[in-house]
Amino acid sequence: MNTTVNQTLDARNMNCPLPILKTKKALNSMQAGDLLGITATDPGSVKDFQSFCDQTGNTLISSESGNGEYSFVIQKS
Amino acid sequence: MNATAEHLTQTPAANEAGGISSSELDRLFDERFDERFETKMKEREQNHTPSMTIISTKGTLDMAYPPFILASTAAALGWDVAIFFTFYGLSLLKKDLDLAISPLGNPAMPMKMPMGPEWLRKTEIKLPNLVMAGIPGFENVATTLMKKTMESKGVASIGELRELCIEAEVKLVACQMTVDLFNMEKEDFIPEINDWVGAASFLPTAQKADVSLFI
Repeated sequence: MNTTVNQTLDARNMNCPLPILKTKKALNSMQAGDLLGITATDPGSVKDFQSFCDQTGNTLISSESGNGEYSFVIQKS
Repeated sequence: MNATAEHLTQTPAANEAGGISSSELDRLFDERFDERFETKMKEREQNHTPSMTIISTKGTLDMAYPPFILASTAAALGWDVAIFFTFYGLSLLKKDLDLAISPLGNPAMPMKMPMGPEWLRKTEIKLPNLVMAGIPGFENVATTLMKKTMESKGVASIGELRELCIEAEVKLVACQMTVDLFNMEKEDFIPEINDWVGAASFLPTAQKADVSLFI
């Protein structure tokens, strides 16, 4: 992750639906426009985060993978 | 004069004092209506909050996962969710969650050890029903192993999932009839239950929901 984020969430070793649920919780306490950086190991989370952003109107800024880990940056709308 | 007048009334532009024919008026109205209808339907869809109702009827450890996972995920996506716990499903609302699982007569359950070397973890250990029924306390072993499997794979426990549902404002509705049927006590259940109702009260909610599941 190259962008500086306002908050990070370590969702590694968590399986569905925990990464999404923890993200929702973290976003609740953030301001509009803030960036949340998430790291996960669940391969299902890639599609889940896209779906989450589509459904909730938040923006998926980036989605990367490497070394068995997946990194996402979501901007709260 | 009459011939030209008639010609004039067929074009909308000629409308000075109600000169449009009624069929022309209908056509314009239909066209306008179709446009507005399209717009309004799109608006409605965009402003619509998806909703889901789940009727939860099972009380074993494995069947406790689907309702809570689906409900919490839908709630995370911004949906309105309500779960109606009835029959054995009511045990999922107990204060002291004591859910168990039975491998007996459960041929679909993978029987794999959650610990030990990698090759062992991937091996199916099939035991005949007769053997499993004969070993006292086998169900406890199976339950413990299942819980260990969930833990080792980073899946939340039922208690945790239920907590997340409550936080996400999933409506937990309990079946009054089941309490009477199995001589249960209301005090044994978590206080966060939104309502104690019967099927007739829950069905109207299910009717309006976009997704209705029976688990």
